[in-house]
Amino acid sequence: MTRRDFFKLSLKGVITAGLAKGLFELVKPEHILASTSNIRRVFLIDAHECCGCGLCVKACKLENEVPYESSVSRTWIERYVMTKDGKVHADATNAGRDGFTSTKIDLGMGKYKDIKKEDIDKAFFVPKLCNQCENPSCVQVCPVGATYQAADGVVLVDRKWCIGCGYCIMACPYGVRFFHPKYRTAEKCNFCYHRISKGLKTACVQACVFGSRKLGNLKDPNDPVTKTIMTERVWVLKEEYGTKPQVYYTNLSMEVR
Amino acid sequence: MKNHVFRPLLVVIGLVAIVLIARLFIVPKDFGVWERGYMYGWHRKSNEEDWKAVKVKFQGREYCKDCHSEQYSQISTTPHAIIQCENCHGPAIDHPADPPKLTIDRSRNLCIRCHSYLPYPTTIRSKIKGINPDEHNPGIECVMCHNPHKASKPK
Repeated sequence: MTRRDFFKLSLKGVITAGLAKGLFELVKPEHILASTSNIRRVFLIDAHECCGCGLCVKACKLENEVPYESSVSRTWIERYVMTKDGKVHADATNAGRDGFTSTKIDLGMGKYKDIKKEDIDKAFFVPKLCNQCENPSCVQVCPVGATYQAADGVVLVDRKWCIGCGYCIMACPYGVRFFHPKYRTAEKCNFCYHRISKGLKTACVQACVFGSRKLGNLKDPNDPVTKTIMTERVWVLKEEYGTKPQVYYTNLSMEVR
Repeated sequence: MKNHVFRPLLVVIGLVAIVLIARLFIVPKDFGVWERGYMYGWHRKSNEEDWKAVKVKFQGREYCKDCHSEQYSQISTTPHAIIQCENCHGPAIDHPADPPKLTIDRSRNLCIRCHSYLPYPTTIRSKIKGINPDEHNPGIECVMCHNPHKASKPK
């Protein structure tokens, strides 16, 4: 080997090693393999216990600084009324913020339909919030890495990183995302991340009067929420989308979507 | 290979190098693939701390207990014991330091959230004692006759 060949070979070697190291800087395998969390946040909603008071929506808006007078909300309540003729009526005036105080169903455009007691077959108040899906479609579509799933399963939005393109809002099958009127970025329920990380209940769970809403840890087998999900008949919304939603419902009927 | 093939290739390689070098300075150190893998965990790690640092506003009834023990024990014997103080009194935040006084919601609209009777057999709503707000003293505030801390017949 000549001196020239030696230098050429070492230069190639250094470049190859540098490139390989650079690639591993971009994709750090230790990050993928590191700490698998022993927490998986889930939600359990007992639809029978929801009285439609909307105090959870009020608390959520105040806790998370979502403008109170705007129609958007991180959580909301839908009312489903099934009549004996097989029809399904649903509304969610003001996201349920002021509760449901009348039997009149809001049809929009200032029109209402009153449903008489004798016509009602069954009815439900359905609290809705982010499902913190196991396969979140909103995260997959984010072009800048501004929305992501934390180790405990909660999907968060990085307000500094979000460019406001709105792909995630379109991608969510549950319509839980919206533009924050003040920050101009994508906004969603994050199970009150500042509260649950301090060991507190979410604002909506705390405000809920009859205990319809419950927060749990699916990786703790002794958690009462986990026990219910594992042993009782529970329901998730829009299972057919394959997003594996982690908000479970009990005492709900098939008509609710 | 000819020179005219190499030259544009070098330009492309140069551009890629510039992008990679610029990336080193622009992208934060903690931006990368975290616990949930490449598809779901591609983010700026310190944002999780940003979210954890958000101010807690609703403190819960145990926060009220020590100073307002009289009201706390009074309501605890009534059906209204299941309702959080802050649902009507507003979020405590850092009360009594900030805000020194809470804005209490004494409105009729607050009461009828639960006490407007709705005939929904499959929910707990139909089991709550309720009125028809259009017929039961319309226009008058409920607190004129009822004490929410006692939750009983009119005083």
